[in-house]
Amino acid sequence: MKTASVATAVPTKPVLRVENLVVGLVERPGQTVVRDVSFEVHPGETLCVVGESGSGKSVTSFSVMGLLPPDSLRCTSGRILLEDEDITKATPERLRELRATRMAMIFQEPMTALNPVETVGKQIDEVLRIHCDFDKRERKRRVLDMLASVHLPDPERIYDSYPHQLSGGQRQRVVICMALILKPKLLIADEPTTALDVTTQKQILLLIRELQEKHNTAVLFITHDFGVVAEIADRVVVMNRGQVVEIGQCRQVLAEPKQPYTRMLVSSVPSLVPPKREPNCREIVLEVAGLHKTYVEKRFFGRSREVQAAVDISLTLRKGEILGIVGESGSGKSTVARCIVRLQDPTSGNILVHGTEIARAMGKELRPLRQHVQIVFQDPYRSLNPRVKVGESIIEGLINYGHDREKSLDKARSLMKLVGLDPSVLERYPHQFSGGQRQRICIARALALEPDILVADEAVSALDVSVQAQVLELLDEVRERTGVAVLFITHDLRVAAQVCDSIMVMQRGRIVEYGPAEYVLTVPQQAYTKALIDAAPGRFWDFKNFRPMQNADQLSMALETY
Amino acid sequence: MNTNPVLPMAQGSEVPASAAPPAATLGRQLLKALKSPPVMVAFIVFSIVIVLSVLAPVLGTVDPVAINPGKRFAGITEDHWLGTDAFGRDTYSRLLYGARVSLIVGLGAMIISIAIGLVIGVVSGYFRTADVIIMRVMDGIMAIPSILLAIALVSLTGGTLATVLVAITVPEIPRVVRLVRGVILSVRSEPYVEAAVSLGTRIHRLLMRHMVPNTVAPLIVQGSFIFASAILTEATLSFLGAGLPSEIPSWGNMMADGRMYFQLKPGLVLYPGIMLSLTLLSVNILGDVLRDVLDPKMARKG
Repeated sequence: MKTASVATAVPTKPVLRVENLVVGLVERPGQTVVRDVSFEVHPGETLCVVGESGSGKSVTSFSVMGLLPPDSLRCTSGRILLEDEDITKATPERLRELRATRMAMIFQEPMTALNPVETVGKQIDEVLRIHCDFDKRERKRRVLDMLASVHLPDPERIYDSYPHQLSGGQRQRVVICMALILKPKLLIADEPTTALDVTTQKQILLLIRELQEKHNTAVLFITHDFGVVAEIADRVVVMNRGQVVEIGQCRQVLAEPKQPYTRMLVSSVPSLVPPKREPNCREIVLEVAGLHKTYVEKRFFGRSREVQAAVDISLTLRKGEILGIVGESGSGKSTVARCIVRLQDPTSGNILVHGTEIARAMGKELRPLRQHVQIVFQDPYRSLNPRVKVGESIIEGLINYGHDREKSLDKARSLMKLVGLDPSVLERYPHQFSGGQRQRICIARALALEPDILVADEAVSALDVSVQAQVLELLDEVRERTGVAVLFITHDLRVAAQVCDSIMVMQRGRIVEYGPAEYVLTVPQQAYTKALIDAAPGRFWDFKNFRPMQNADQLSMALETY
Repeated sequence: MNTNPVLPMAQGSEVPASAAPPAATLGRQLLKALKSPPVMVAFIVFSIVIVLSVLAPVLGTVDPVAINPGKRFAGITEDHWLGTDAFGRDTYSRLLYGARVSLIVGLGAMIISIAIGLVIGVVSGYFRTADVIIMRVMDGIMAIPSILLAIALVSLTGGTLATVLVAITVPEIPRVVRLVRGVILSVRSEPYVEAAVSLGTRIHRLLMRHMVPNTVAPLIVQGSFIFASAILTEATLSFLGAGLPSEIPSWGNMMADGRMYFQLKPGLVLYPGIMLSLTLLSVNILGDVLRDVLDPKMARKG
């Protein structure tokens, strides 16, 4: 945690001052998406703008960059002063000049920010070529220096690489390098780590901090994640529905939020410390033994390439248990889930549901077995057929297994109540629901067949924290009421800590650690698990109780002992 | 300022109340597109062509194939609104009946190629083993120039409307197959399709309910282009003498017949030529509008 910020200690002139900014829709002049937003960012300071989706945080950052889509959004009133120059009045030429030299932006998805058909070096070089008059050699030297300063290994090689040859973290470093090479006064980072794994996220956050201190850059950091806020912010702006709800010093906002909305947001952040749970001794519903999944990439010429997505996975799941499979992208956690639901065929190994082998069943044999295992996907917008009424979606499984239509609809109604929705909305289409509501519908659909096992594949990852908390609560409630066992796939340790009885950590297709949640998360045995926990942003802060972690010392002591 | 905690899903009543299905917005978009002048003109021209061809018998026409040697190359008279050709046949009547042939060929080729292409495409997209074989066959068909294939087919079987239709349709099928296959392949991995699989949905239901409806929009767009290209191919074939015989009036063979007398009576080539161009232009403009509305992604690229 950063201590007293430079900005407050010495009164400095702000780099960026947003005054009463209003952004409205071009087509409907009365409507606004951002209303009366004011804040300032000082040199060397990190200002975090936090909010849920639709809060207007990204629109605010785009206004500052002068990147609002001209045919749909525009600043209708207010001023955005970048070192006393009003951006809302700047000409497009002037804006372009300012964007390179005074302010720069990094985005969520580094791949789309880079040109895929040019080498990284050439793209960074272009920035210098256009805005400075160094000769070729000088430019290359500066680019290589900058690549080295963002801690990219072997800058010479990176210089000649194409974006697709780099990892996500490396690409984001390149984008940061490009943004900072002209030493802008203001860096706008719009969810720059959301698409990255936690360990990479931590490195990128450290890098931004380091470069910021070196160049005294002002950073406007847009995020939805209070963990990240706790990690890097000096001051925080909380936004909701286009307005500033609260603004203040980071610690103060986290510890004593003044507004109920902020309170609700902060306390929705799941804690990393798992609650104590009774050991589960009920019957085993799922047993996986020695599961392997190998992808073979066939090539027309040359040798085929094999990728081991899951290696020797064994696990048991008891009735009413929630088992979390945690890992970074590419760890094989989704592959395991998909094999268990039999959306993919395992290469070898056994999957026993209530003692019945389902790993090798095919076609007619497999169909009756499918009832026992159901899945909820990550993206609520794509997991319901947009052309089918939600009621029809929910009863689809029941109809498939020959149930009576009227009875199925009755059941759908009671399921809607179970997931906290009004049964009368069964006649509606998916587009009429919000993301969280859709996820509830997906859960209802999965539960319709009364499965023994529910697989939740990143089921809450796409949701805002407040909605996420509600869906997690729902899952827990469903588990209580129906006794369904849940296989909970997630990349988010906080979420896992909150709901899981036991946790399995995966890396590169292998199990790293597997055990009861409290042991895995509080006294991890493996270096990788420790690294994951260590990388979880804001882990020293107890969001629920608005205070620093009480047992933080104990936690870190436990970590050091090993 | 609203500072209350927002719990968007606490109650079902917070669901937006409008129950408008997506189709309504589509119709509105089409109406909006019609307001632009070129689209409006295209729409009117195409409507006129349809009306002329459907109502040809009652629009003051005579028998379009009746030969009248006494009245060869007649000018514009009360009996012959656009004069007559080298055999004394009424150009106006032939023009209207020619429109019929063009629309029948266009519509026929569109429906048949989409029907066949859809089935093959779905099979190819869903069953990976069949895919390998089917796509190689389709590649084979695509490798043959469509005009050559048509000429070969017509010269083998003789020029009737049916053979010309087949000759035009066959080369269009692979394009439809590729389109449908592409859509099915991309929809296969959609979570809602996978969810249906895990709910035990049988293949035919999975295809008809969750996958095939996604092909409708691109097929409508593709259909409009097939329609235009079929009309053009028929005219080309007939002009080359490899299509419909001269006793079935078609714009293509009218132009072929009139070609020799172009300096004497330019109208014999110009009238069918103008009709053909106007029809194709209007169909293509309307097709573009459909594409813009139904497939915004493609429109931006185009």
